[in-house]
Amino acid sequence: MTDIIVSQPKLSLGPVLFNWKPEHLRDFYFRIADEADVDSVCVGEVVCSKRSPFFTPFLPEVISRLAAAGKEVVLSSLALIMNERELREARELAGSDGWLVEANDISVAAMMGGKPFAVGPLVNVYNEGTLAYLESIGAIRACLPAELPAEVIATLAKSAQCEIEVQAFGRLPLAISARCYHARSRNLAKDGCQYVCAEDPDGMAVDTLDDEPFLAVNGTQTMSYHYLSLLGELERLRAIGVRRFRLWPQAVDMVAVAALFRQALAGTVAPQEAADKLADLCPRAEFANGYIHGREGHLYLEDDA
Amino acid sequence: MDQLIRPELVCPAGTPAALKSAVEAGADCVYVGFRDETNARNFPGLNFSRKELEEGVAFAHDHGAKVLVAINTFPRAGRPELWHQAVDDAARLGADSVILADVGLIAYAAAKHPDLRLHLSVQAAASNVEAIRFYAERFGVRRVVLPRVLTVQEIAAINAQIRPIETEVFVFGGLCVMAEGRCALSSYATGQSPNMNGVCSPAAHVRYVDTPRGVTSQLAGFTINQFGHNEPAGYPTLCKGRFVANGKTSYLFEEPTSLNTLAMLPDLIKAGVTAFKIEGRQRGRAYVAAVVQAFRAGVDAVMAGRPLPDMDLDRITEGGRQTTGAYERAWR
Repeated sequence: MTDIIVSQPKLSLGPVLFNWKPEHLRDFYFRIADEADVDSVCVGEVVCSKRSPFFTPFLPEVISRLAAAGKEVVLSSLALIMNERELREARELAGSDGWLVEANDISVAAMMGGKPFAVGPLVNVYNEGTLAYLESIGAIRACLPAELPAEVIATLAKSAQCEIEVQAFGRLPLAISARCYHARSRNLAKDGCQYVCAEDPDGMAVDTLDDEPFLAVNGTQTMSYHYLSLLGELERLRAIGVRRFRLWPQAVDMVAVAALFRQALAGTVAPQEAADKLADLCPRAEFANGYIHGREGHLYLEDDA
Repeated sequence: MDQLIRPELVCPAGTPAALKSAVEAGADCVYVGFRDETNARNFPGLNFSRKELEEGVAFAHDHGAKVLVAINTFPRAGRPELWHQAVDDAARLGADSVILADVGLIAYAAAKHPDLRLHLSVQAAASNVEAIRFYAERFGVRRVVLPRVLTVQEIAAINAQIRPIETEVFVFGGLCVMAEGRCALSSYATGQSPNMNGVCSPAAHVRYVDTPRGVTSQLAGFTINQFGHNEPAGYPTLCKGRFVANGKTSYLFEEPTSLNTLAMLPDLIKAGVTAFKIEGRQRGRAYVAAVVQAFRAGVDAVMAGRPLPDMDLDRITEGGRQTTGAYERAWR
């Protein structure tokens, strides 16, 4: 290992999990390329293969714009692969030269044929045995699942040969299904879904019967209603060996969010001030960080309790 | 397919009594777990001690049945010993196979116990042929329990490509609507999840609150459902609750319903499935006996070319409602 301990932590922009209009998504990535202070940008459809055909034509220009701006481009795979068409697309992804592939299903890791790849947060890496096996077949980076507490992350970071990434901002991907809840909410079947998920660029809020905000639906994916924010935990996570943090794109000013996380990592903004600024940037959001404290994911805890 | 495979009936046993009931009712295999967080039904008062497993294996083998041990949670980083010990003990006590979900644990079992038959748990959610081959080719996994996301047509297509690797599918009982092992809804609400703790929507977090209009069921303080005074209040499993989305109140994810595929048995057998799994290690022996008898009769009828017998399992399904789940495309 040539890396030294004082290496600067990296910021990744996760793949856009929502169904944004293709032109809008292209423009979003152009702005990220030109303005966002992130090291890596993940692109690709993770949630629903029905959405892929619309953005695919824009992908080459998005990738070259990001690469030209000095960003590492990561190609994220679909999470739930169920049929031949999806398998074929995943094999094509795994065969793409020149870009790092993020496997969001174990099948994609297998398809890499020993080439270096990144493990996405939707692959179950809960312990050092699994991490070591994935490293042995080519994993050079692993973004860990949402529900892991800091002590588990510390154990994994200690044993890891690869770079450990942790989700730090945005609605948490909590579950994936064959069923589309967006379509179901409109009394539609998935086959005739009319792409209603596009109506909710930040996910569809799901409240309890008491009108308490609880979850969010993004097509076949179920997410947290609350936005994850680990602004207050970055320093501790760096200290235990986390070298990369992931920001999930939301329908907010992600350039500003990235700048804020960069400042927080550099220690040039106080934690409370950073939290206030994030709340200003995400005016409709509520925040959570419970998982990292080993608690319920929806909680927001002020201190390392 | 030229010849139909006669599927094994794989039946749940949360207790030694249920194991005996299942074997006597005609189970080909019984699956069990140890009394700790190594299995995905880590409920109070349930599961087997080492001694009980040894006795259960002896009883099952005497009656021509097999015992499969589910060690299907994800070992906690820094202390895999509990899970390693569970695999070692299952092998030592004569289990016919272990049902595993975690890559690291599968690698351990394959290296340490090369003769132990490995089944891939539904919690690993291997939903396509590449994932299935990954586990089979690298670790010698012999059977894969398919996640409940696939249609019968997709299952048939998978089986045609992966033989002699076997598949097992759920035919009855509680129904996950998310891809299994890829769902953190429970821990988001309660702090405890199937993957880490072997529980979903755990009972310790459940409350039933009386209101002027009836009863509200809550999970960790979140209202999951409401019931009128004369309605039975169902268990607040998170994904089977009523929520408000897009201005509408509905069972957004799934109704409180149970999987029942009795009527589909001929299709599932034609799809080339090797084993049929009945969910319900948390259920009593009466449930186990009734369901096993019904599916035993069903499988035997299909294999003999007879019509399916008329069997009523309504009373033991959750809320009396039944579904064929993802096996039919319209469910999606």
